[in-house]
Amino acid sequence: MSKLSLRKMHENQTGTIATITAQGELARRIRDMGLIPGAKITIRGRAPLIDPVALRVMGCTLTLRNNEADFINVDVEE
Amino acid sequence: MEATIAIAGNPNSGKSSLFNTLTGARQHVGNYPGVTVEKKSGQHTFKECRFNIVDLPGTYSLTAYSLEELVARDFLINAGPSLVIDVVDAANLERNLYLAIQFMEIGIPVCIALNMMDVAEKRGIRVDVRKLSELLGVPVTATVARNGQGKEALMESARDLIRRQPPRPPFIISYGNDVDPVLEALTAKIQAAGLMTASYPPRWTALKFLERDEQVLKQARQADPTLSAEIEKQVDRLSVHLQETLNTYPELVIADYRYGFIKSLLKQGVVSFQGDPDRLFLSDKIDKIVTQRFIGPIIMAAVIYGLYYLTFTVSKTPVEWLEGFFKWLGVLTASHLSEGFLKSLIVSGIIDGVGSVLGFVPLVMFMFFGIALLDDSGYLARMAFMLDRVFRAFGLHGGSLMAFIVSGGIAGGCAVPGVMATRTLKSPRERLATLLTVPFMNCGAKLPVYALLVGAFFSQHEALMMALITVLAWIGALSAAKFLRVTLIKGAGMPFVMELPPYRVPTFKGLFLHTWERTVQYIKKAGTIILSISILLWAMMTFPQMPAAEKETFAQKKAALLAAAPAHVALELENSEEPTGISSEASELKDQIATLDAEQAEEALRHSIAGRIGAALEPISAFAGFDWRTNIALVAGFAAKEVVVSTLGTAYSLGEVDPEESGPLSEKLAETPGWRPLAALSLIVFTMFYAPCFASVVCICRESGSWKWGAFSMMFNTLLAFSLAVFVFQLGSALGF
Repeated sequence: MSKLSLRKMHENQTGTIATITAQGELARRIRDMGLIPGAKITIRGRAPLIDPVALRVMGCTLTLRNNEADFINVDVEE
Repeated sequence: MEATIAIAGNPNSGKSSLFNTLTGARQHVGNYPGVTVEKKSGQHTFKECRFNIVDLPGTYSLTAYSLEELVARDFLINAGPSLVIDVVDAANLERNLYLAIQFMEIGIPVCIALNMMDVAEKRGIRVDVRKLSELLGVPVTATVARNGQGKEALMESARDLIRRQPPRPPFIISYGNDVDPVLEALTAKIQAAGLMTASYPPRWTALKFLERDEQVLKQARQADPTLSAEIEKQVDRLSVHLQETLNTYPELVIADYRYGFIKSLLKQGVVSFQGDPDRLFLSDKIDKIVTQRFIGPIIMAAVIYGLYYLTFTVSKTPVEWLEGFFKWLGVLTASHLSEGFLKSLIVSGIIDGVGSVLGFVPLVMFMFFGIALLDDSGYLARMAFMLDRVFRAFGLHGGSLMAFIVSGGIAGGCAVPGVMATRTLKSPRERLATLLTVPFMNCGAKLPVYALLVGAFFSQHEALMMALITVLAWIGALSAAKFLRVTLIKGAGMPFVMELPPYRVPTFKGLFLHTWERTVQYIKKAGTIILSISILLWAMMTFPQMPAAEKETFAQKKAALLAAAPAHVALELENSEEPTGISSEASELKDQIATLDAEQAEEALRHSIAGRIGAALEPISAFAGFDWRTNIALVAGFAAKEVVVSTLGTAYSLGEVDPEESGPLSEKLAETPGWRPLAALSLIVFTMFYAPCFASVVCICRESGSWKWGAFSMMFNTLLAFSLAVFVFQLGSALGF
């Protein structure tokens, strides 16, 4: 297990959200959409310009901009 | 029994389908007071009960995060429906229940429609409906809203819940050892002081204090400043404590505990999976191709082109029919009215004005149909996803693309549906910047103006010029958006965290309803504001009349012409109805009279308010190379950009010019002194950027929720256009063009 910023994860990589360091509005929004510590996520793909990223969580697909993904740290299997 | 029921739920949970199934075609579409969020309501009769059903906007949560959330919350609290039907996507229980428990915390009776059971079952997800209902303490009914399955059972449980006496005890979940004691203390305080207890349950108010909900905080500060300050201090202490011990904040602890509650509930045998829950579903497989780095953009370009092609080719014939109809109506009316202001008002002011707007109805309808198709199928979200990086560079959102394309991103759209298309954007700042800049695109009405000027002065390079014009519009619009986003509409956009809903085959009923609602809104506008502006513009170009003496001079000249001609020729002309089949002498006389009439029209126009404005502006507009005639044409172009061509015709004594056949005017301009390629270029630039036509301005006012933005767009755009035109003209002149 190692910690990785969500931005650095590669396609099809799976992990568990460890911490979310965002604050305020963004932090709440991220949680409202189902991204919470302990949630299992899988990177589904990236837009043609590498940003934003699409990921799978709780059975649905969400998109996040890279600068938002920076706030999310994920525990991934090596 | 009569009762109001609100339908709520996550976006893409099938909420609209359920609403459509329940209410059928008897829907009323309006807006929530003061905001642009659509409010749909309808009737449903179940046995002896009449239910008034309101479709709340789809939300993920009930914070003060977005307009949709505020609207949904305000409705539940202020309008006090008897019950909420929360539509929950069975395949996506965890996140959907997050909203459900927030409804339950408000204290309104909640009925859960566990929707899309068929999809969930196909995915190997099995939900124990009875167990879920037991654990949550609310009725749960399995439904498939698309085909109406489970509708009866749902309404029955809704009716029973409304009638239930006594009502269920309030729903309470624990927020852990840190938050709970504070929450209890605050609730007691709020209860004792009666702080807003008439509108909100005390515990809910306390929770909102802990979540630092801006709207509730504001209301509380007004209601009881001392108590609010005291409570806020207490919340601050908790916040500091949580940061020191757990590096988190109260609102996040609350969110985490809500999810924790749901998780523990689902673990008690509510959901079971068969097979691999992470296996790729059809939707994911489609996405692998459709959002692929290289193929994705190509497919997107094809889809955009297809939408465009379909809209404009399919709507071409009905648009022509409608235009023909209004022309016919004009001629018919003209022949039944005697010469005079009334005739001129009805034919030129009302029929032409309203006709020019209603003529767009088929186009608007097909455009909305296309957008509804892309939106309902889930593709629109993918387009936003793929293009977000590009648009973000200009302070916009990936979802802005659609509005730009519709408005004429590929030359030939229309800004009216374009402005209305910004409704699919959720973030207010990016939406405003988009709707203010889409009118810069080259709509179908600007094309005749370009065709006239390019034909007259750049006939060697037509294709190149049109390509340049398209590129220029994009550069202008995106730069203007960037400018607005760093000045007037400053501030961070909303987080992009967005859902890519699974692809779905849209239902015909849903598509039809979406298209119909928006088309009706468009038509309603034509009947009211646009009618009055048409009349105003007509008056500006008609009054004041030229002096009687001058009129007399023209009449005398005409009489002189007729008198000078041989008697048989004048007689022949008088008796002939058709322009063909008359002798060459008669034909020549006819042309002379027509020339005289056109001169009179030019003089009359010069005398009108519009003419005077044009003349008064000449000293200023000369910097951009425009004379008074061009100025009048541009003033008239505010009605619709193609009117620039016909008005230029009148101003150059050619009589009314059909924008589709501007050849003679083109030649006339080319040989008029003072006109040269540079002046034409300057006019092209001005036409592209100046005030949107009034139909667009009306839409901007409506969609931005304030007439101020409409007024702003007229002034800002005209100023921008003029600066650019002056820049082009002066630089060109200095370089010797």
